Amino acid sequence: MLSWVVPLAMGIFALALLLNLYRLVKGPDIVDRVLALDTMMINSIALLVLTDIHLGLGVLFEVAMLIALMGFVSTLALSKYLLRGDVIE
Amino acid sequence: MMRWRFWLPRPLLSVFLVVLWLFLMNTLSVAHLLLGGLLGWVIPLVADPFMPRQPEVHRPGLMLRYLLVFLGDLLTSNWVVARLLMGPVERMSPGFIDYPVELNNDYAITLLASTISLTPGTVSAHYDAQRQVLMIHVLHLEDEQALVQQIKQRYEQPLKEIFQC
Amino acid sequence: MMWLLEGLIALLLLLGALVALLGSWGLARLPDFFMRLHGPTKASTLGVGATLLGSLIYFSSTQPGISVQEALITLFLFVTAPISAHLLARVALHRGLGATAGKPVTEQQASTINNREQQHDNT
Repeated sequence: MLSWVVPLAMGIFALALLLNLYRLVKGPDIVDRVLALDTMMINSIALLVLTDIHLGLGVLFEVAMLIALMGFVSTLALSKYLLRGDVIE
Repeated sequence: MMRWRFWLPRPLLSVFLVVLWLFLMNTLSVAHLLLGGLLGWVIPLVADPFMPRQPEVHRPGLMLRYLLVFLGDLLTSNWVVARLLMGPVERMSPGFIDYPVELNNDYAITLLASTISLTPGTVSAHYDAQRQVLMIHVLHLEDEQALVQQIKQRYEQPLKEIFQC
Repeated sequence: MMWLLEGLIALLLLLGALVALLGSWGLARLPDFFMRLHGPTKASTLGVGATLLGSLIYFSSTQPGISVQEALITLFLFVTAPISAHLLARVALHRGLGATAGKPVTEQQASTINNREQQHDNT
């Protein structure tokens, strides 16, 4: 059963990423773009974990964790920059 | 007493860091236990002056109940918002509301704001420390007073009892 | 037993993917920024959380030992999502993005936001 459920879930996440890409390109404000990037990070974590299941590796958690950390920190830095014009005050 | 507090400023944080390290390494070997113990001791010692004071948890049992209520709300209200998202846009009536906060501890307010953000339908947008007002954006606003009452009763009251502030 | 476990994993993966898709759909479709903020912060976080839970059960049942790292990622996502949402909302308010539909920001609310940012700028 999992042999077709996992690719299907991957397809759904790919569709979600395409929708995020649409928002990233369309804008209209820069905050929308930052939000779209943040959502892309979250969705790509799920895609990565599904790839891990599909290939039966069990080694991609570290990558997923790094993406989660990087996504959060970059969103934080971008919003700080937009709010104050500076990342570290 | 003083000396003990100096060398181990945050016992709970230390325990949390050791457990986190073991989870990250996914082992229970003695070497990683020692390394995690070292990290759990050194990090709070170095970082303590930079962190704000944490309030004491007075009622851990209630904290657990709060967590369960939160998880239940997360699932049920996600369903409500999912139905709302699938419907036409015109059916939604979004808007901002002002929520008067009665808590007076930064940690408790942060917890409240995070809970509001994660419960679907509401996102905390701005906290005004002078007026003690939390600005919340609501996806589908029907009755402002009822919503304020609901948040007060469901989330703020337990938090008040847990932290006694 | 194995059959039941596999069904549970499949259910979690599919449900998670669909919920995350709904969040992204909300992001792409809704008319103003504050409404768009609702989708990713909750639906996507919950969807990815469900997917990670499915992966946790899968790797715990197929490999020796319990795989807890997914639980860590889920916990991390749930802690950070409200923080980034709050900051993005503040950025949007600072840039003067009002809600285009529904009840707008009142004069008083707008003035407190601007006052507060100015105080920060002065210090």
